[in-house]
Amino acid sequence: MYNEDFFFQALIYLLAAVVSVPLAKKMGMVSVLGYLLAGVIIGPFVLGLVGQEAGEIMHFAEFGVVLMLFLIGLELEPALLWKMRRSIFGLGGLQVLLTTIVISVVASFFNFEWNKAIGIGLILALSSTAIVLQTLTEKGLLRNTAGRSAFSVLLFQDISVVPFLAVIPLLASFNGPARLQESQVGQLTGVASLPGWVQLLIIIGAIGAIIFLGRFVAKYIFRYIAETNLHEIFTAMALLLVIGIALAMSAIGLSPALGTFIAGVVLADSEYRHELETTIDPFKGLLLGLFFISVGASINFMLFIEDPFKILGLVVLLIIIKFLVLLALGRFFRLKKGYEFLFAFLLAQSSEFAFVLVSFSQQSQLFEGKTAGQLLLVVALSMAFSPLLIVLNEKVVSPILERWHNKLDYEEVEPEDNPIIIAGFGRFGLAVGRLLLANNFKITIIDSNPANVEVLRKFGFKLYYGDVARPQVLEKAGIAKARLMILSMAEYDNSLKVAKYIRDKYPNVRILARAKDIFHAFEFAKLNVKTVQREVFNSGLELGAKALEHLGFNRYEAYRSARFFKHHEEEVFMNLYEHWLEDKNRFIQETRRFSEQVSETLMAERKFSIHDADCAWDVESIREEEAGLTSEGEK
Amino acid sequence: MKKILILFAHPAFQKSRINKKLINAVKNLDGITFNDLYENYPDFFIDVKKEQRLLTQHDIIVWHHPFYWYNAPALLKEWMDLVLEHGFAYGMHGRALEGKSVLSVISTGGGKVVYSSEGRNHYTMNQFLVPFRQSANLCRMNYLPPYIVHGSHTVKNDEIEEHALNYKKVLLLLRDNKLSKTDLEKAEYFNNLID
Repeated sequence: MYNEDFFFQALIYLLAAVVSVPLAKKMGMVSVLGYLLAGVIIGPFVLGLVGQEAGEIMHFAEFGVVLMLFLIGLELEPALLWKMRRSIFGLGGLQVLLTTIVISVVASFFNFEWNKAIGIGLILALSSTAIVLQTLTEKGLLRNTAGRSAFSVLLFQDISVVPFLAVIPLLASFNGPARLQESQVGQLTGVASLPGWVQLLIIIGAIGAIIFLGRFVAKYIFRYIAETNLHEIFTAMALLLVIGIALAMSAIGLSPALGTFIAGVVLADSEYRHELETTIDPFKGLLLGLFFISVGASINFMLFIEDPFKILGLVVLLIIIKFLVLLALGRFFRLKKGYEFLFAFLLAQSSEFAFVLVSFSQQSQLFEGKTAGQLLLVVALSMAFSPLLIVLNEKVVSPILERWHNKLDYEEVEPEDNPIIIAGFGRFGLAVGRLLLANNFKITIIDSNPANVEVLRKFGFKLYYGDVARPQVLEKAGIAKARLMILSMAEYDNSLKVAKYIRDKYPNVRILARAKDIFHAFEFAKLNVKTVQREVFNSGLELGAKALEHLGFNRYEAYRSARFFKHHEEEVFMNLYEHWLEDKNRFIQETRRFSEQVSETLMAERKFSIHDADCAWDVESIREEEAGLTSEGEK
Repeated sequence: MKKILILFAHPAFQKSRINKKLINAVKNLDGITFNDLYENYPDFFIDVKKEQRLLTQHDIIVWHHPFYWYNAPALLKEWMDLVLEHGFAYGMHGRALEGKSVLSVISTGGGKVVYSSEGRNHYTMNQFLVPFRQSANLCRMNYLPPYIVHGSHTVKNDEIEEHALNYKKVLLLLRDNKLSKTDLEKAEYFNNLID
């Protein structure tokens, strides 16, 4: 029965995803690689659970790409684009352009015709959004200069997928007349049979209709549906919208991805944007997962086995080309002091979009099977290598650069006697430093973000570029004679590292530290650093007190309540700390970090009632006593 | 018409029975400025310049508070410490408050009998209030007889209503300047001048 077959397929795909994606995550890989791996495992070269139909499933799952572009469109607020225009369109645009040109030229040396060479250039110019974003998030680099530049480039690449999808069939049409006919047969019905100017009118009309409907009509429809309060109808409506646009677009011979992307951009400032995002997102995730699994299943390992050195050589060549272009651009856009290397290493792999583009170009008959197969292998392997690139940067390149930059630091930091050293001068350190400066204390400020250093110098702050986690920088800043060391940096492990170094080597220097959360504070307590401030705890309480005011508390009552909460938290801190010390199972500790922190605080809180704290001003007991006295007196 | 500034200090206003009624009766009257110190300075960080400006803009100052340990709640003391600056309120050049009047409005748990040489508290209210009186003198201000709500823990609701009405009468009399100097000098409590 067809159904059973369908469910059996679903079972295999879902099982493969559920087993291999979490495994990949545990091993520190991004989910894309997990899906690919799952595909490889169930594919013809390992278990052989799926075979020919993987291709069909891939076509179906490509709808995930359409959904993804809709979501990318939704994310693109015009304001954000405008704010980052220089790095998105300048840096991103140049990266795509230059990399495409270089790769195309190299490809033509491999005897590809010019149209295929350009196709290969376009496909391989993109970098993996999934891998890079995950790396940035994990390493806390999203706000770092290199991280931001990488993000801008990725954003531009995401947008450029849309025109790429339009260009590829065009490139394919240069493949010679016989092929052309074959590939156009399916399209020569309906719209495509009309004269050119009518087609153009239809296309303009369709895009105009999407913009008009999205801007002026969609909100009434969504409001009407939202008012029913039936979530599944909203889901149905969202899917209907995307599928409708996709079908309409294919009917007039345009890419469905382009249509949904435009619809997404148009809806980006609508009030239903978040609702749409959360509704579509799981469908996108599953379909893309399915897509990557089917890509994995259709990777032709025979091609690898035939000539492993050629494939590996191509992967290395690709990474080197992309790396060099990125490095040059990074320099050109004033990334300095190792950030240009980080930027280049981050983006040197190929993109998951490449799978989409490869399968699309195969359909459009731009490439024959073998080229497409080799491309898929190169793309997948370059993605698999990208964690190695980051390690290479961290362990080899950046230490060399640091040694080289060291001389600069030595010249820049002028040691002072009895300095107060502030490490990290972002939002947190700035508040600390301004207070000290306002009280006429001299401070030595060290920050490891060159952008910070540049901006704050313009404001007249005297601060030095350097990484305090390196002992030389600390020594030069005068740690040996320091009165106070203020660790206001955001880097979790680095601030502990510095605290430990100072504790061991200069036990007399007082350390004041910013902690990310209670567990960070515990780590400091373990190093005997007692003056620790949790970075957002106090501001949270302040806002909480304001909330109490809005709920009808007198201001002083609200103020006392927040103070009480704070002092109570300080009291239980040592208690919690001892619990934490006993718990040796660090892994569970990490994963339960948040929920534990909240629930423990709240559980402890419930035993107290804040309102009973101010009983000194509560005259209830006196009233009772006095009432007793008078009645006695009356007797 | 004289201008009256009420400096109200109550750290647990939300629990108060009497003062809520008293305040409600007077805070919206013409010519009266109500300044709730615990509401305005929950963190005890008093805006000294602003408070001094308020003082100079008014003719009669009211210190309105419950009686804690025979004294004002901490924030009113903090207010006196900071706002009544040398060179502003007292001293050779400190004449900003000269000629103004001060009225204490106080709610206290003990009955009038308790506040006497034979009573549990051994001293009269006016004896306890000597620091306030002398502070006013030092600032060249005229200290008026206090308005006292005695027995705040046992007082009945209708009595509270009456106190509220009286408080309003007191402030109107002062605002419209209807009392003779001799009456004011003779009276032990302001309460006596209304009945």
